[in-house]
Amino acid sequence: MNMKLRALMGACALGALSTTAFAETTITVATVNNGDMIRMQGLMEDFNKKHPDIKVQWVTLEENVLRQRVTQDIATKGGQFDVMTIGTYEVPIWGQRGWLADLNDLPASYDANDILPAIRNGLTIEGKLYAAPFYGESSMVMYRTDLMKAAGLDMPAAPTWDFIKQAAEKMTDKSKEQYGICLRGKAGWGENMAFLTAMSNSYGARWFDEKWKPQFDTAAWKATLTDYLDMMNKFGPPGASANGFNENLALFQSGKCGMWIDATVAASFVTNPKDSKVADKVGFALAPDKGLGKRGNWLWAWNLGIPAGSKKVEAAKTFVEWATSKDYLSLVASKEGWANVPPGTRTSLYENPEYAKVPFAKMTLESINAADPTHPTVDPVPYVGVQFVAIPEFQGLGTAVGQQFSAALAGQITADKALENAQALTVREMTKAGYIK
Amino acid sequence: MARQVKTSRKIAFTVIAWGVGLAIFFPILWTFLTSFKTEADAIADPPLFLNFHWTLENYTAVQERSDYFSHFMNSVIISVGSTLAGLVIAVPAAWAMAFVPGKRTKDVLMWMLSTKMLPPVGVLVPLYLLFRDAGLLDTRIGLVIVLTLINLPIIIWMLYTYFREIPGEILEAARMDGASLKAEILYVLTPMAVPGIASTLLLNIILAWNEAFWTLNLTAANAAPLTAFIASYSSPEGLFYAKLSAASTMAIAPILIMGWFSQKQLVRGLTFGAVK
Repeated sequence: MNMKLRALMGACALGALSTTAFAETTITVATVNNGDMIRMQGLMEDFNKKHPDIKVQWVTLEENVLRQRVTQDIATKGGQFDVMTIGTYEVPIWGQRGWLADLNDLPASYDANDILPAIRNGLTIEGKLYAAPFYGESSMVMYRTDLMKAAGLDMPAAPTWDFIKQAAEKMTDKSKEQYGICLRGKAGWGENMAFLTAMSNSYGARWFDEKWKPQFDTAAWKATLTDYLDMMNKFGPPGASANGFNENLALFQSGKCGMWIDATVAASFVTNPKDSKVADKVGFALAPDKGLGKRGNWLWAWNLGIPAGSKKVEAAKTFVEWATSKDYLSLVASKEGWANVPPGTRTSLYENPEYAKVPFAKMTLESINAADPTHPTVDPVPYVGVQFVAIPEFQGLGTAVGQQFSAALAGQITADKALENAQALTVREMTKAGYIK
Repeated sequence: MARQVKTSRKIAFTVIAWGVGLAIFFPILWTFLTSFKTEADAIADPPLFLNFHWTLENYTAVQERSDYFSHFMNSVIISVGSTLAGLVIAVPAAWAMAFVPGKRTKDVLMWMLSTKMLPPVGVLVPLYLLFRDAGLLDTRIGLVIVLTLINLPIIIWMLYTYFREIPGEILEAARMDGASLKAEILYVLTPMAVPGIASTLLLNIILAWNEAFWTLNLTAANAAPLTAFIASYSSPEGLFYAKLSAASTMAIAPILIMGWFSQKQLVRGLTFGAVK
């Protein structure tokens, strides 16, 4: 009897031990539906092999829905997500509020210093890294080499806005539905305002002066908007006020745009012969400037952050470390080729001779390096962010101003009226929010 | 002559009816067709109607990436569960208001309807906090509760309208024969109102199936129904229309087929009492 009891107790103890050894931690990752993220979901076998004790559940959402869902969850400490895909806009705001767990304790093998400085600076507050970049992007000029040649022009590696305007004019043939330039026109802080804010930086404009006074009544903003509208009305596609990234991508891929200034991530789409009719006729150049020392390119990264309230911070960190490591980049390269590696995060990637063969690698790196989120404008500003202002009010403000500029592009109001409205609404909101005393 | 006019009118009405019907159905047809296109064909300009390279690659991609069955089961449980729970509450409520009306019955009915006039986002944060504290976030039971409460005014209103068509004398007769309240509702009223109850049930299943605000906001990985499945195929960067169409077709197919088979019942129920 005694023996039996002992055996039973031993079995129970063993059972309990084995349960502990194989206790599985399930983490939920909220993410956006883009090529790099979906690719990662397909490569989870590698993570599962290395970490059998961590199970990853995915929640994939449309960008705007994701932004609203994760903001709501983190602000209410809902605890629905253990890893969140967030942009460079959210990281400084959330980090400052203590909503994100800091990642300074990642092991030395992770080599955080290898992260591109421009990207790392945007994710660091007071020396603490609050999110790890999964992929980074800037914006650049993508152009049709055949049309440029036919126009008798040579695209410089670092063009000016004057050249872009001249080239757009020469490449336009509306009878053939061929438009010299395609730019974002759809209203939204991440849509037309991403482009226009970056463009305005190169024109010497800024959203606010050092005392948070809105600057839409300045000559620099007037020059920005007038040139944008002039180019789009004369050489742009019809209905451009409804065009965002995807609409312009479709236009460019079907051969209707001579030039397109947009996210560097588009390079892999427009050079993919499966979807693009012009895959072998695309060239790249830096975003244009006006000779004032700033280029009209932005800086963005999708990053993995961990909510400070998560009960599974350790497992979440293990996942973030794996997904944003050098080894992950090699894993993607071995399975899907170097062109499909998530770009714009690590210096070592751009030092790799294999990756250097990818046609858009060099221009992507140069574009990212040309952007400085801490000093985005010609004149000093009190904010961080190249194509956005990293304050919580910016989402609403950016979209409201974007609606004014989109209306001007649609011909509903003049450029002057759009700027006047933008100035008035920004002054009102900034006063209400307490920035202007 | 008179007969001729009648025929031409008939033809005109038939053409108009078909035109309206096709216009309403066109987005679904276009989604269906797009789901068989390549991503490049999906954005072709001018749009391709039937002369494109038909492919099943989008369905394969969606199947490989997502767990359709688990989303489908969540949709079934949430929509059927919330409708049944709603009926259990609504039948007695509608009975009381139809057969034992008080002074304020009309006001109560209007008040119930007024809850539908508030934009859902107005109560999102309070409800989210309540759900968080009760541990109901990302659970099927949580969504059943929320959708029951949201659709309850419509269920009560529909049942109230049907019950009003039933002569009260029949219920009185049952009472005189000694039927209890429970027996009166279960064995006399309910069988007579079956067409109305059935159409209410069908309509509410459709409403709950298609509900996209609460189902997206209160779920994450475990209780996400087909609305979340569709939402996961929209992309900020890159072409996605063909895959999104395939996901949408898979999500609406079950409810479309159900609606098809029960359309007689639905139309009968919805027009019940309309001609008086």
